[in-house]
Amino acid sequence: MSATPTSAVMLKAVNKWYGQFHVLRDINLDVKKGERIVICGPSGSGKSTMIRCINRLEEHQQGDIVVDGIPLTNNLKNIDEVRREVGMVFQHFNLFPHLTVLENLTLAPIWVRKTPKAEAEASAMKYLTRVKIPEQANKYPGQLSGGQQQRVAIARALCMNPKIMLFDEPTSALDPEMIKEVLDVMVDLAQGGMTMLCVTHEMAFARQVANRVIFMDQGQIVEENEPNEFFSRPKSPRTKLFLEQILH
Amino acid sequence: MTNLDPRATSAPPQAGGSTSWLYDPKLRGIVSQIVVVVLLAWGLYEVIDNTQDNLKKLNQNFGFGFLTQAAGFDLSSSLVEYSSSSTYGRAIVAGLLNTILVATLGIFFATILGFVVGVMRLSKNKVVAGAATLYIELLRNVPLLLQIFMWYALVLKPLPGVKEAYSFFDSIFISKKGILMPHPNFGPGAWLALLALAAAFLGTWMFRKHARKRQEKTGQITPVWLISIPIILLSPFLGLALAGWPLTFDYPELKGFNFANGMTMVPEMVALLIALVFYSATFIAETVRGGIQAISHGQSEASSALGISRGYALRLVVIPQAMRVIIPPLASQYLNLTKNSSLAIAIGFPDLMYAGGTVNNQSGKAIEVVFILMVVYLSLSLLTAAFMNWFNSRMKLVER
Amino acid sequence: MTLAYVRTTEAPQLPAPASTAGLWARLRDRFAPTPLSGVAAAVIAIFLAWAVWTIFDWAVLRAVWSAPDREACNAVGAGACWPFVGSKWLQWIYGFYPIEQRWRPNIVFLLGALSLAGLLIPKIPYKGWNALFFFIAYPIFTYVLLLGGFFGLEQVDTEQWGGLLITLIASITGIVASVPLGILLALGRKSEMPVVRLLCTGFIEIVRGVPLVLVLFMAANMFPLFMPPGVNPGKLLLALIGIGLFSAAYMAEVIRGGLQAIPKGQYEASMAVGLSYWRMMLLVVMPQALKIVIPGIVNNFISLFKDTSLVSVIGIFDLFNIVQSGFNDATWASAQTGNTGYFALALIYWAFCFAMSRYSQYIERRLNTGHKR
Repeated sequence: MSATPTSAVMLKAVNKWYGQFHVLRDINLDVKKGERIVICGPSGSGKSTMIRCINRLEEHQQGDIVVDGIPLTNNLKNIDEVRREVGMVFQHFNLFPHLTVLENLTLAPIWVRKTPKAEAEASAMKYLTRVKIPEQANKYPGQLSGGQQQRVAIARALCMNPKIMLFDEPTSALDPEMIKEVLDVMVDLAQGGMTMLCVTHEMAFARQVANRVIFMDQGQIVEENEPNEFFSRPKSPRTKLFLEQILH
Repeated sequence: MTNLDPRATSAPPQAGGSTSWLYDPKLRGIVSQIVVVVLLAWGLYEVIDNTQDNLKKLNQNFGFGFLTQAAGFDLSSSLVEYSSSSTYGRAIVAGLLNTILVATLGIFFATILGFVVGVMRLSKNKVVAGAATLYIELLRNVPLLLQIFMWYALVLKPLPGVKEAYSFFDSIFISKKGILMPHPNFGPGAWLALLALAAAFLGTWMFRKHARKRQEKTGQITPVWLISIPIILLSPFLGLALAGWPLTFDYPELKGFNFANGMTMVPEMVALLIALVFYSATFIAETVRGGIQAISHGQSEASSALGISRGYALRLVVIPQAMRVIIPPLASQYLNLTKNSSLAIAIGFPDLMYAGGTVNNQSGKAIEVVFILMVVYLSLSLLTAAFMNWFNSRMKLVER
Repeated sequence: MTLAYVRTTEAPQLPAPASTAGLWARLRDRFAPTPLSGVAAAVIAIFLAWAVWTIFDWAVLRAVWSAPDREACNAVGAGACWPFVGSKWLQWIYGFYPIEQRWRPNIVFLLGALSLAGLLIPKIPYKGWNALFFFIAYPIFTYVLLLGGFFGLEQVDTEQWGGLLITLIASITGIVASVPLGILLALGRKSEMPVVRLLCTGFIEIVRGVPLVLVLFMAANMFPLFMPPGVNPGKLLLALIGIGLFSAAYMAEVIRGGLQAIPKGQYEASMAVGLSYWRMMLLVVMPQALKIVIPGIVNNFISLFKDTSLVSVIGIFDLFNIVQSGFNDATWASAQTGNTGYFALALIYWAFCFAMSRYSQYIERRLNTGHKR
């Protein structure tokens, strides 16, 4: 490996097809370390697909993706390495229902990073405290509210000490009164210097935290700018249309 | 507008170490599959080698020629001409026909009984629902083999000997040898009966189309089935009448110790059929009940709110949806019934399994017989499954 | 417009009034909501009363309760011949196992019952160890203990085992073999490697398309031809292999249903967190899938228990066959012996299967309330 690059994630001329449907068209993106990117766009624009390509939950057919200096190819070793460095938070939480909250958090560190149990549990409690629900450690996911479950999901991703965090519409499945508690955790994370790629519709969050906002439509990155410019002076007509629809 | 950072144009660096096949999923897959195939081939080779040795020791060889040899055993019941001088092949065919007969009759009656009991289970009447539950819980938890023998004992024991057979209208005799009925002989022109039946079906189909069009135009509803069903049932008789009644019956006559002529339904078949029908009906009843209950209560409520009567609601809303849920498990119940008919071998009814078993006993050709039986049963299973799949796809809901 | 009335004090919670409908109305609702169903109910009630009376009369009132031989049972108007059961019931349990060695099957029964109780009763802990014991150590132990020939134990060939012993051995072997095999087949059926997928799917579809009788027939008549010279496993073992393979195919379908019920998100979360395929299956997917399919597994076991009666067709003396063979015993052969035997058999099988199906429903209810998302 060459000298540590300052690029956390790099996508170069990435193309992806679902059968005949061209879902990602010539995506080029360079995310620096510590940068926070918010990705928005209409449904079906390929935003989730793009970030799922970054940890190989989806496979791209053309182009290069390099994550933390590791090229993402068919090589299983590379894929495993990438997944250790990248944490992901899903729209529907995807917590393991048959394990307690604590077990959810320690599963991967114990079995993937081979951490001893005591250390893993200490780390887990630390992150649970950071997401402000340490008292739920021995409960099962089914006993928690949606907002609490999503915070556990964030803690679970953090327990692997990732360098990059991906968020796939983390608040879209939550009842409105629980969105704030999750966003607070994400803001806290951002202020701690984590590299974040966030697919979300929460524009206030974007304004507060993002270094760049990216607008995707029909598989392409249509516009990219820092938040204030993006919201007040959108350059493309498609961006204007989209912003009108969501900022009502 | 894209944003390409000029720094990132160089080729990405190689990750450390060589890319061994262990980490390439495609290569790993191919190597694993090769290993599996090699192991399988070796296993098969060993088996074939052993088999050849063992066959040699028994003075046997592998081949299907034995099917043309004389069977040397009798079958108590057969739909085709058969005697002990018929070939092994013919014995198997006779067995197959018996299996199809039992399976078809079994499926027909079990479906009717199953639907009735299933609906009874949902009745508001506590006695009716309770009786259905009792029936299901009793018969579901006893092995089918035992039930067959119990019915056999129940059916056979009380029956009188041949000389004292119960008789109905001097033409139907019930005795230890079975149910004896007059054997119908179809003379020339009898095919008109089938033609009349076909014509009746065709006529009903056209009548239904016409009735639908009439309903679309004028809103009037014609009682299609009320008119069609009697016509369908009577049509074969009409056809026969047109041909001048070319139908004579061979009446069974008591000659010495046995009856001659006539058509027998042996007690083994009766016992097997009754047991199969009662046993399978329990599972069909549960399937039907589950299907109807799966249709959300909201459907019946919506129909009531629209003023649709309970009868029409059942016919137009609940049952079409319930059928979609019922048909796949129903298909597997039919398959089970067909396979369970092979228990005929236990009570000596000459179905396919019995025929195969006896052929093996006489000829020792175990592998060939097993092969034939497997192919036939698999074909029956595939046919039934294919038919149910076709029926199911006609009932599918169109979804986004 | 002004409001008509607003409460100023809290309305207390009152008990519900007694039913306003009379007794007659309530009876009518329960037993004859429509005239047709009322008639049907009456007919059914009469039939049931007749049936229960006939059975009670035969099995209790007219039954012969003690007799040295068939004389009393052969008398005209005699009912069930219970002495027949009394003299044979031990044979029904142990088969032809030598009487002085019967302590060995007894140990097997006791251990099995304890282990099973530990597995089935939810409150008892250490289920993992128990399962390992039950599925791996116990079968080996049973086989060694019953067969003998080692450790100074007298050898008792499998031909002498019989009755309930065989029925239980066959059923438990079926389940023990079919769960791990079924898991492998189910995973193989979903595999991305075409050869593996083809083999697994082919095996499952072929085995499910043929009757069990045919598989047993194959085991008894065809498998011996496949054996290398000198290897003669005996009919029971071959039948057990047949039952194991048969049951594995059905178990594979049950497990496949369970796997399909696991949402894709679980696979994705496991992959995102870096778990390998086998770790993901072992730690996340399988535990959830197996919990879902436990009712299916118990149902398979009930079917298997009933299906073991089929081994009588190839001449193995399971419970069914051994009872039947008792009908020919000269001491007891009578008009009512057969009926009594079948009746007793039906009671025994019914008791086992009904208990198991109740347990399956209990577990299903428990699982439905336990893991609400």
